[in-house]
Amino acid sequence: MVPRFTSVQQVRDGLRGVNYLADDGIAGVAFLADRLAKPILVEGPAGTGKTQLAKSIADMTGARLIRLQCYEGLDESKALYEWNYKKQLLRIQADKKSDGWSEIHDDIFSREFLLTRPLLEAISAPDPVVLLIDEVDRVEVETEALLLEILSEYQISIPELGTVTATQIPMVLLTSNNTRELSEALKRRCLYLHVDYPSMEREKEIVLTKVEGITENLADQVARIVRSIRQLDLKKAPSVSETLDWARTIMLLNIETIDAQVAKDSLHVLLKYQTDIAKAAKELSVDLV
Amino acid sequence: MLDLLAGFVVELRNAGLPVSLTENLDAMQAVQHIPIEDREAFKYALGATLVKNSSHWRSFETVFEVYFSMRGPEYKLVEGSEDELERMWREMQEQMKEGDGRGSSGGMDALTPEEIAQMLLQALLNGDQALMRALAKQSVQRFAGMEPGRPVGGTYYLYRTLRNLDLEGMLQKLMEASRQEVGGELTALEERLEKDEYESRIDQFKKEIEAEIRRRLVADRGAEAMAKTLRKPLPEDVEFMHASRDEMQALKKSLYPLTRKLAARLARKRRHGRKGPLDFRNTVRHSLSYGGTPAEPKFKYPRPAKPELMVVADISGSVAAFARFTLMLVYAIQNQFSKVRSFVFIDGIDEVTDFFKGTEDISEAIHRVNTEADVVWVDGHSDYGHAFEVFWEKYGKDVGPKTTVLFLGDARNNYHASQAWVIKEIRQKARQVYWLNPEPRSYWNTGDSIVGEYGTHTDGTYECRNLRQLEAFVEKLV
Repeated sequence: MVPRFTSVQQVRDGLRGVNYLADDGIAGVAFLADRLAKPILVEGPAGTGKTQLAKSIADMTGARLIRLQCYEGLDESKALYEWNYKKQLLRIQADKKSDGWSEIHDDIFSREFLLTRPLLEAISAPDPVVLLIDEVDRVEVETEALLLEILSEYQISIPELGTVTATQIPMVLLTSNNTRELSEALKRRCLYLHVDYPSMEREKEIVLTKVEGITENLADQVARIVRSIRQLDLKKAPSVSETLDWARTIMLLNIETIDAQVAKDSLHVLLKYQTDIAKAAKELSVDLV
Repeated sequence: MLDLLAGFVVELRNAGLPVSLTENLDAMQAVQHIPIEDREAFKYALGATLVKNSSHWRSFETVFEVYFSMRGPEYKLVEGSEDELERMWREMQEQMKEGDGRGSSGGMDALTPEEIAQMLLQALLNGDQALMRALAKQSVQRFAGMEPGRPVGGTYYLYRTLRNLDLEGMLQKLMEASRQEVGGELTALEERLEKDEYESRIDQFKKEIEAEIRRRLVADRGAEAMAKTLRKPLPEDVEFMHASRDEMQALKKSLYPLTRKLAARLARKRRHGRKGPLDFRNTVRHSLSYGGTPAEPKFKYPRPAKPELMVVADISGSVAAFARFTLMLVYAIQNQFSKVRSFVFIDGIDEVTDFFKGTEDISEAIHRVNTEADVVWVDGHSDYGHAFEVFWEKYGKDVGPKTTVLFLGDARNNYHASQAWVIKEIRQKARQVYWLNPEPRSYWNTGDSIVGEYGTHTDGTYECRNLRQLEAFVEKLV
C-alpha cells in the first residue's frame, strides 16, 4: 500500500491548500492514521470543524467522500448492505421452467443482487475514498458493534456470500459530539483526536481565510471578543462556525471596528440562548449600561 | 526507547488512565513513524493512541512532561542555552540604553529583581515567547531556592517563585501600559479584551515556570519518582472535600457532559423497560378481529413512577462543595423526578426550591443559595439536630409515601443533640431515605461525626467522595 502522505508538514500544507487550518494535533493524527491504517475518532464540541476535516482530507487527497450519517435506529440494512428482494423474486419467476433449485439459490445470492450501503461501498470501492461516519454517538451501543469488523479488519462478512475485503484501505473518520461514552471496543480500534475550540491566533487565521475581504484588524477583534465570550460560564459557547457567521454579519453591516454597541446588537448570531446573550452583553459592557 | 515507553505506559496506568495492551502496541508502532525530535507531533502521536478520553488529557500531559521533558533542543536546562539568553539580554540592554542610558554589564545573573520585573513586563506586553521562557528559567533559578535532594513538592517552589514575581501587580501595570499606549481611556470592551489577553499571557508564563520547576525536579530525582509526586487524580476521582480551585473548575466542566449522559441513559432505560400489565379492554377490543378469540394479548404501556425528591443539604464550610455539586446534578436531571424540593441548613434550615424555579442557569441559582438562604440560627456552626427538628415541624407533613428524602452532609454535629428520631419518623412516612457522606468511610463516627446514629434509621448510607460515586448513586436512585 502506498502511503498518502510523506510527512506531517505535508498534511498540514495540504489541508491549508483546501482552506482548512490544522493545528499540530490534527495534522499529526491524520498522518499517523494513514501510516498505521487506523480510523480516527474525532471528538469535540459541536461546530469545531470535525465533519469539515473529513471533507477537507477527501478534497486534499482527491478521494471520494462516502458519508454515513448515524441516528438512533440505524441498522445493518442501512449501514452495511441489503439484499435486493424484488430483483431476487423476479429472477426466480423468470426462471420458472428450469428445475435446478440449487442453481437459482446460488444465483440469487450473488453480487448482482446486493445493494451496497455506505460501509460496503467504501470497502469495495476501487478508487480512493474517505469514509465519514458522522455522529457515531447517536447510535445505540449494540449498533456500534456493526462497525467493529470494518474498523479493525477493513472487511465485511456477508453470510450468503462470504467476506468482502477492502481492495484499498480507505481513510476512515468517525465523529462524535460526546453525548455518551463510546464503547471501549470502538475506542480501542481508533486513534483518538480531540478537537477543541481553536486558540485565538488560529481562530483569527480561520476567519481571515474563510471570510472574504475581512481586514486583519477586524479579524483580530472578532477572535479576541469570541475568546472572551468563551471564557464565560455559558450554556453553549460559540462555535467556530458561529464565529464565521458573526464575522460575515459584521462585514455585511459594513462595520470597520467593533465597539461595545455593535457587539451587543449582533450577539444573537454568536449565542443561541437568551440567558447566554444577556450574560455576555452584561459582561462585555460593564459600565456602558 | 522501548524501556522509556514501557515506563511511560506503566505510569499512565498508575495515574488511573485505562491503557489496554493493543493501545500500547499502537503507541509503539506510532512512534516509529514520528521522530522524537518533533516533540509536539510526538506528544500527539502518543496521545492519539493512548488517551481516549479528553478529560484525561491533562493527566497525560503531566506524565508526558515528566518523561520526555529533557528531550528536544529548546527544552534543555539553563546551562546549555546560555548563548541565546545572553544574546537576548544584550538586545534588551541596548533597548534600555536607548531608553534611559542605563544598563549594567554581565549576564542575566547580575540583574536586579526590579530589572527582571521590568523585562517581564516588556515580554508580556509584546507577547515575546522566547523571552518569556528565558525569564521563567531565570526566575525559577533565582527565586525558587531549589536544593538537590530536598523533599519538597513542586508546588512549594512554584509558590515561592510566584510570590517574588507579583504577577497580580503585573496585570495592573500591563493595563496601565496599554492605556498609555492608546493615550487616554479605553472603552469598557477594549479594557475587557486587553485584560483577557494579558491574563492568558500571564497564564502561559506561569505554565512555563511550572514546566521549568518540573524539569529541574526530574533532573534531580529521576522521572519515576517525580511522576509519583505529580500524580493528579482524574476529574472523576477528585475528592469534593479537598479539591483545589483549579480542580473545582475542572469538576464543574465535567459535570455538564456527565449530566447529559446520565439523562440520556436514564431516558433510554425508561423507554426500554419491561412491558406493563395486561390491558384487558384493549385485548378484548382486538379480539373482535379474530372472531372474539383473544388471540393477541395487549399490554399496558409501562409508566414507571417518577420519584418525588427532597434534598436536605448541609452547606457549612467543609461540605459546601459537595452539597453544591449534588444539587447541581439533581437539578440538571430534574425531569427524571416528578418533583424536586431542596432545603439547605447549617444550624437553621431554609427551603431553596424557589431559587431553582424559573431559571435555566443552575450555577446562578446555586450562587443565590449560598448568599441568600437563611441558614444561620445561633452561631453558624453545624447543628444537625436543630435543623432536623425545624425541618420536621415545618415540612414534615409534606413527606409522603412517594417521597425519597436525601440527606447530604458529614454529620459532624459539634456535639449537639442528634435528634435522630426525626430521621426515624421521616422514614416511616417516606418511600426511601438515604444519607450521602462526602467523607471517606474510615473517618465516619470519629470525633463529632454521628453518621452511624443517623444511618441506622435510613435505607442506606453512602460514601460519596467523588463524581464517580455520586454518578453511581444517582443512577441507582432513579
